[in-house]
Amino acid sequence: MGTMRTVPDFSVVRSGHEVQIPEQVSVPWQGLHRAVSRAPTIPGPAPAGRGGAAPRMRSGAAAAPRHRRGGAAAAAPAGAAGGGGGRRGRKKMPGKLKVKIVAGRHLPVMDRASDLTDAFVEVKFGNTTFKTDVYPKSLNPQWNSEWFKFEVDDEELQDEPLQITVLDHDTYSANDAIGKVYIDIDPLLYSEAATVISGWFPIYDTIHGIRGEINVVVKVDLFNDLNRFRQSSCGVKFFCTTSIPKCYRAVVIHGFVEELVVNEDPEYQWIDRIRTPRASNEARQRLISLMSGELQRKIGLKVLEMRGNAVVGYLQCFDLEGESGLVVRAIGTACTLDKLSNTSAFLPACNSPSKEMKESPLVHPPSHGCRSTHNSPIHTATGSRLTQNFSVSVPTLIYTGMGSGSAGKEGGPFKTLLRQQTQSALEQREFPFFTLTTFPPGFLLHVGGVVSARSVKLLDRIHNPAFVGIMGNTRSYKLLDWNSFNSDEPETRDAWWAEIRQEIKSHAKALGCHAVVGYSESTSICEEVCILSASGTAAVLNPRFLQDGTMEGCLEQRIEEASPPGCGFCHIPYDELNMPFPAHLTYCYNCRKQKVPDVLFTTIDLPVEAIVVGKGCLIQARLCRLKKKAQAEANATSISNLLPFMEYEVHTQLMNKLKLRGMNALFGLRIQITVGENMLMGLASATGVYLAALPTPGGIQIAGKTPNDGTYEQHISHMQKKINDTIAKNKELYEINPPELPEEIIGSPIPEPRQRSRLLRSQSESSDEVTELDLSHGKKDAFVLEIDDTDAMEDVHSLLTDVPPPSGFYSCNTEIMPGINNWTPEIQMFTAVRVSRLSNINPTNQTLNKNFNDLCENLLKSLYFKLRSMVPCCLCHVNFTVALPEDELVQIAVTAVAITYDKNQALQANKAPTEKSQQRASTDNEEQLQFPLELCSDPLSSQPFSPAKEVLEGASSHTGIPAAQRATSLEKASPLAEGYLRHRSVPSCTNSTVSVVKMTPLSFLPGAKITKYLGIINMFFIRETTSLREEGGVSGFLHAFIAEVFAMVRAHVAALGGNAVVSYIMKQCVFMENPNKNQAQCLINVSGDAVIFVRESELEMLPVQPSAAAPQHTSSAGDVTT
Amino acid sequence: MSSDLDVFVGNTTLIDEEVYRLWLDGHSVAEAVARRLRGGVLEREGTSVAVLQSDTRDHYRTFQMLERLLHAPPRLLQQLLFQIPPERQALLIQRYYAFDEALARELLGKKLSKGTKKELDEVSARTGVGIRSCRRQFDNFKRVFKAVEELRGPLAENIQQLFLLPPALARDYAAIVFFANSRFETGKRRLQFLSFADFAACAQSLMGHWSQGALAPEAAEPDGDLPKSFLQDLKELKVLVADKDLLDQHKSLVCSALRGKISVHNELEANFKALSRALVNVGGKLTHARDVRDFFVDLVEKVIEPCRSDKWSPGDLRLFLTHYTAAPRNLPGFRHQALWERYMAAISACLLRMYHD
Repeated sequence: MGTMRTVPDFSVVRSGHEVQIPEQVSVPWQGLHRAVSRAPTIPGPAPAGRGGAAPRMRSGAAAAPRHRRGGAAAAAPAGAAGGGGGRRGRKKMPGKLKVKIVAGRHLPVMDRASDLTDAFVEVKFGNTTFKTDVYPKSLNPQWNSEWFKFEVDDEELQDEPLQITVLDHDTYSANDAIGKVYIDIDPLLYSEAATVISGWFPIYDTIHGIRGEINVVVKVDLFNDLNRFRQSSCGVKFFCTTSIPKCYRAVVIHGFVEELVVNEDPEYQWIDRIRTPRASNEARQRLISLMSGELQRKIGLKVLEMRGNAVVGYLQCFDLEGESGLVVRAIGTACTLDKLSNTSAFLPACNSPSKEMKESPLVHPPSHGCRSTHNSPIHTATGSRLTQNFSVSVPTLIYTGMGSGSAGKEGGPFKTLLRQQTQSALEQREFPFFTLTTFPPGFLLHVGGVVSARSVKLLDRIHNPAFVGIMGNTRSYKLLDWNSFNSDEPETRDAWWAEIRQEIKSHAKALGCHAVVGYSESTSICEEVCILSASGTAAVLNPRFLQDGTMEGCLEQRIEEASPPGCGFCHIPYDELNMPFPAHLTYCYNCRKQKVPDVLFTTIDLPVEAIVVGKGCLIQARLCRLKKKAQAEANATSISNLLPFMEYEVHTQLMNKLKLRGMNALFGLRIQITVGENMLMGLASATGVYLAALPTPGGIQIAGKTPNDGTYEQHISHMQKKINDTIAKNKELYEINPPELPEEIIGSPIPEPRQRSRLLRSQSESSDEVTELDLSHGKKDAFVLEIDDTDAMEDVHSLLTDVPPPSGFYSCNTEIMPGINNWTPEIQMFTAVRVSRLSNINPTNQTLNKNFNDLCENLLKSLYFKLRSMVPCCLCHVNFTVALPEDELVQIAVTAVAITYDKNQALQANKAPTEKSQQRASTDNEEQLQFPLELCSDPLSSQPFSPAKEVLEGASSHTGIPAAQRATSLEKASPLAEGYLRHRSVPSCTNSTVSVVKMTPLSFLPGAKITKYLGIINMFFIRETTSLREEGGVSGFLHAFIAEVFAMVRAHVAALGGNAVVSYIMKQCVFMENPNKNQAQCLINVSGDAVIFVRESELEMLPVQPSAAAPQHTSSAGDVTT
Repeated sequence: MSSDLDVFVGNTTLIDEEVYRLWLDGHSVAEAVARRLRGGVLEREGTSVAVLQSDTRDHYRTFQMLERLLHAPPRLLQQLLFQIPPERQALLIQRYYAFDEALARELLGKKLSKGTKKELDEVSARTGVGIRSCRRQFDNFKRVFKAVEELRGPLAENIQQLFLLPPALARDYAAIVFFANSRFETGKRRLQFLSFADFAACAQSLMGHWSQGALAPEAAEPDGDLPKSFLQDLKELKVLVADKDLLDQHKSLVCSALRGKISVHNELEANFKALSRALVNVGGKLTHARDVRDFFVDLVEKVIEPCRSDKWSPGDLRLFLTHYTAAPRNLPGFRHQALWERYMAAISACLLRMYHD
């Protein structure tokens, strides 16, 4: 059914459009454990409480007089909200930040005469600055400073970065800056994370890049109990990971949190005309750092108000709106997490195996906020069981997601809330959205399909000069109308998003779903036009996780009652008789009890429990559309008009490519529409799989429009043959051999097993009724691809141009590759960036499409070639981002991780019969966990990145691992489950002083166990050059910059005591060049979770003799190393 | 459609050994791509020329960025910019500092100056080593030379420590530094039969036996310089040839000891005095820089060539040198036995190494 609903209304909205969502429900703060005196939430004006005293922060970095020194005297710092009558009893949380500058090394030569440097260091936090002594004439100064102590409040701690500047002392002229280090001290603010930041940091200069390193030690002493904080949200943990972090258990998943902060971009301030590029870049870096800190603190506050303690799936983005400003926005999922006490337990509750799948039928208690028409009778039938097994009397579904304009005060999952209240709250203003893409087993009951919404907006300049340089809470302005200079600006941004979210919500509802999972938001900006996009997967969730109280015990004991394992989420959540769109339904091929669509599209990762056949693959739809250059409204209108066609064509391409691979479901779907001066580009990436529960996809059949033409017919039949061959080849390649279904089991309700669905080609020429477009592809029995013109021919050709990856390679854009579960610890994360010129004098859509397609294909080819030494391997989490920096220039950035897997075991596993897996889907986890204990040797390639002492400990016997037929869970993806044990002494046995830090876009490290989350890494860098040619041209410049960004991320992680970054993402890479002036500038924003991981083999070995085992295994490791 | 910008950056820096080799050999990107094509990578990997070009460019950029760090290898280990596993770091360093012996042979004993660098074109033509590679290797020699010039202690160990080279490679560099420092003449036609390895072995012997480091590890002077006092003392040995009695006694001791043991006894008897004079005088002249230059020339001209024309076998030479060195112990009135043996240990080692066609 592939339900991607397009937004019916692509509205062009000038700023000023206001959507204020009423806020009615006030929530008494029951069971508030914290010793905080606070006024009850006041309806209406309450939201002001958050942003109340509008923070007046002068932007432009250095000059910011925002935070004054001196404890409580620092009245009302940014966002310190008192307001709304409900000024909270602010307990200042005085803390002491202590910084010690130890040494520097490899400093650049600053004095040409002596070839040396007289370096000293300025340490700045807020407005306080300390200096070290000058260490004369050395490139490796040893300052060994005293402890510089900053007395600060916790809020400042959260917002401000620690700024360390290394300078060269000059007696006669101004001191020259060598470079800076910004350290986010947030990880020190919650008890479970890092306790000290200590290590070598690259000294970074926005013009020269990294210039030596500095050794710094940072500590924070917080004087009060962490729970006391209210203004700050110290103590709330943030995770970029879009699943429940490995060493935690989700007690409650509260829901959506969002916030945005606006400021003027320093780059566009008048002062920028007179200051140096360096000063401008630094102002920007610092401002964004401040805004990120503030944003995070505010989100944290919302979480606390919801009585959560963590944000999972935290995604923060920047919109560089140019003259109209800088928007920093973030979304996330508020949760209450419990640290698992027994860290050595390999099966934490949140990752417990798929036993709880039998939960699926108990869904739809009437309190979901879904219209009752959407509750299928099948579901309600089992509803009664719910109450038997849940100890909590009212299984309310509590969405405490923050609505736009809502202050978040009402939040908080209270068992006592009446169902109706929750429901009404949900209906009226909340967004039941979840940024998670992977869920605790049993959480996700049904998936409806992809919902997405886009809207085109015109950015407006901030007119009021009084407003310049004021940064603050976005919403405070509209709420404080005494604020005479109140601008529409921040409110507009907020309203825009609120609108989109409403849209998403209503789409989800139309699909019979009360929630949206795998939710994300993005923008594309070109000049003054901005496309806002949001997408997610409509879903029905199990309320169990959305409320307080631990259900764990009762759930885990009900293992034996296995109901449809691995297919429940495919069952349609909407009413069959009242379908929101035309779809072709059949009875589930797995359980045969409930209806499933013929095709399923989702934005989430493949659920742990899903039963898949064969392997998955990366599927991309690529599209270019020319558009006339235009101004303002005309431009926005033309974009609005193009969008539905693009959506439609992207969808068609995806569907066709999916069929061409003989698959029936897409996971991790991400559609990016990028706007440029004279064209729009669409790039959709997803991972195709064959879900055993869904029917076998029909083939593709071509029909010519001009019959009776011999050669033409011949041509058509030739094409048809090619298509059929491709499908057959793909089935073999991806090992798609669904079990033959005995007819009697299928029963009558299932129509002819190989139905043919109609594949539609887009008809950009026709159709006014955008919303009427048939996206279902399910209605027509016979699928026909009509070749009615040359365009159509091109389309068919383009279908066939996708070259499968070379042998030994697989690729996917999800966390794990369906069908591969035997990863080795060898990983390689990389970023590749390409900018190409579409050098057509008179470009047409056709040629542009081809160019774009070639660009993507070549890029992939290039990646495969680069990583050929890792074969057999899989590119996971392949993330493409497209930008159109200038006319005819297309920039594609790819970040992914290559993981080597063990081929021998893969082969073994593949032989496992499907039926077996289906029967035993829920029970084999325990078995797998036993494997590590039965050690026997198995040749594995040694891990080249580990320093020498890599020792093969053993590999499992591969008896009966049917898991290959199912999706590999994250736990299973780890070699432990597969029985690889490797000994690896991390950095200690090297003669290098630099510790190894792994980076991966995934939430886990194969073969390793994450023992601690140290905090999020969220870094923003600008690099600029005025000597582009000398630095090796654009490629040299960007190559160095990306390497520098990696280095700085690694250094920060290492200083926190970590050895890896998981869920790493490069959120932005904005590259601009001016070759005529020999200049270039690039902005990069990255984030991830800093963690400590331990090799699973080490975990095993630690209690035993850790060293004795190594030598005797060395030889065997040597043998297998090839 | 052309790619203006095309980069690939891995968290772990990818090093392609083949491309590294091509880069070290001084090939341009285009040449490197052509060579890789000839290597059949296209067929093996089923990829395209464009991919190969992009890959080669990526690697070249990486190497160019790494080169700065390779100039001071300990920095490569400490730097944070490139995450490279230790064994790869070692490989990068080793390959970067590895040199063509033909080139090193050409440059042995030459001053590592700008002037010499300008002559590299000819050297390149003679040795067949690409000019860019020649320059890089020359710069390596010079860099190592500059770094250890003033340092005390054993040359090879200093080099190993500063440049993290494998011991054998460090010893070769020590030889190059030693030759460059002492400016031994190695270019003469009659020395052409000697390879770099021969000279390197000689240099090691000379440093091993003569340098201060050989006597006291924490000696005051750099290993590359032969200790002045020692060279001065060598003049005392002239007595062995200047004193007629001593010379005769020395000859009779050696000849009688070798009777029946070597095939060239007659020739030995005839030439003993000339040989002995040559052997002793080589040492006596070493106080003058100009004579130092001729050290190897003298050895070849006055010892090796006469022996060779008399058809001494290497075994003959070895026996002769053993007894020749040992005999003065029994010479009445000769008081420099320790000095003599220290001197002859190095000379013998050099001669034996050099005695081939």
